[in-house]
Amino acid sequence: MRVGVVTFPGTLDDRDAARAVEYAGAEPVSLWHGSDDLKHVDAVILPGGFSYGDYLRCGAISAKAPIMKSIIIAAEHGFPVLGICNGFQVLAEAHLLPGALTRNADMHFLCTDQRLRIENNETAWTNGFTGGQEIVIPMKNAEGNFNCDDATLDLLESEGRIIARYVGANPNGSRAAIAGITNKRGNVVGLMPHPEHAIDLLTGPSKDGLTFFTSLLNSMVK
Amino acid sequence: MGKIVVEVMLKPEILDPQGQAVGNALPRLGFTFATSVRQGKRFEIEVTGEPTPSMLADVERAAEEFLANTVIESFVVKVEK
Repeated sequence: MRVGVVTFPGTLDDRDAARAVEYAGAEPVSLWHGSDDLKHVDAVILPGGFSYGDYLRCGAISAKAPIMKSIIIAAEHGFPVLGICNGFQVLAEAHLLPGALTRNADMHFLCTDQRLRIENNETAWTNGFTGGQEIVIPMKNAEGNFNCDDATLDLLESEGRIIARYVGANPNGSRAAIAGITNKRGNVVGLMPHPEHAIDLLTGPSKDGLTFFTSLLNSMVK
Repeated sequence: MGKIVVEVMLKPEILDPQGQAVGNALPRLGFTFATSVRQGKRFEIEVTGEPTPSMLADVERAAEEFLANTVIESFVVKVEK
């Protein structure tokens, strides 16, 4: 199984994402923002970083990159896509996910090991978790404050599309303590914290993050 | 040479911590006039000749699709002399 990892100018976490794909037992394939070629991958990860220097709005310029045109078409047909941190911002700007990520309520750049509760374990990227499972993975962002209007929040809640929430004090002001959401079909997932940094105890606070990547493999063999 | 200006502001219901931080700093500097500050963006777009209605329609579309994120922001397009 081949999993694409997109590099935009200013992406930071593409190597860790590729490493997580390898740990999960799949083959990582580098994809370049300036090409529309998905290289016959079975799924795509949009990793974290500061693509295009966060110019205009986080993820706004990346959302219009040539690779995103192909990803948007594929995602609409059920192709699995995971956006982590800046990748989540790109998915929101590309309208593959609703809402927007805005400046953290207290203005601080957060860098912490964050406790999350998995709220939806039926997506392509979360099916290896048990419902309500609590995990700890790193989080590092300045624009992680999830915002949407009341109607969108009601829809996300009623359709079970909130995949993870922050446990304990709300770290960044996100509505309903949302850490991650999915689209209606469950193939596109955006998550603010970083599972790819929590796959090995040598380099992360836990191995909890690996389950996002092994979940993808489960969903593909089903 | 004409100039088209697009001004983008966070919608009133969206928290603007940057504007708040600026608003909190003003009184520390002795400026006591502000009851609230919100921060936005301004794009100055230069075009050849006087802006035409079709050009303005294109700018409107660019603002809607790209310059602003209408989930959280509103915008106005104006022609500047």
